[in-house]
Amino acid sequence: MTPTELLTAGLVVVGSFFLLVGTVGLLRLPDVYNRMHATSKATTLGAASMFLAGYVRFGPGNMGLPSLVGIVFLFLTAPTGAHMISRSAHKMGIDFYGSATWPAEDDEE
Amino acid sequence: MSNVLDLVTMGGLVLASFLTLLCGYRVIRGPTVPDRVVALDTIATNVVAIAILFAISTGESLYITVALVLAIIGFISTVTVAKYVVEGDIIQ
Repeated sequence: MTPTELLTAGLVVVGSFFLLVGTVGLLRLPDVYNRMHATSKATTLGAASMFLAGYVRFGPGNMGLPSLVGIVFLFLTAPTGAHMISRSAHKMGIDFYGSATWPAEDDEE
Repeated sequence: MSNVLDLVTMGGLVLASFLTLLCGYRVIRGPTVPDRVVALDTIATNVVAIAILFAISTGESLYITVALVLAIIGFISTVTVAKYVVEGDIIQ
């Protein structure tokens, strides 16, 4: 049991935990905006931890660089996709759960 | 490949596959269309994690590149569907 394998196993455990948190949030939260909040943060963090485990496992010479590129790509594109979905949900007229409203509703249009 | 790392990656593979199946519930029963898009985005992220876990488990480092390509396809499909359900047109 080398320290590299121990670090890889720890990162895999952390990534599995965040994937579990994101999917439970997708299933249990009451609103499309709350679900998108849960998945776009927690699931991205879980997949980034998995990529980091791959970087530790394969080292910087062989396949480590695509892992780091994958981390950068996930952190760039997951908020963009969540923003597109929330904007389309707003344009479709889906309201918030409870008493929350959009900020500055009167100024729009 | 030691025994502990093998066990942990197998457990992670089983958990990620089970979570992908659970996301299918939200795809089928989602009340609105953006719910389904969010669930499909989560499925894409889980499949990326499954590909990385497969690469770690078997030592085939090519599957890291497969995971990167799957992440790109998931992002493009999410943006495309999010534009399509509002405007009914992607390239105008």
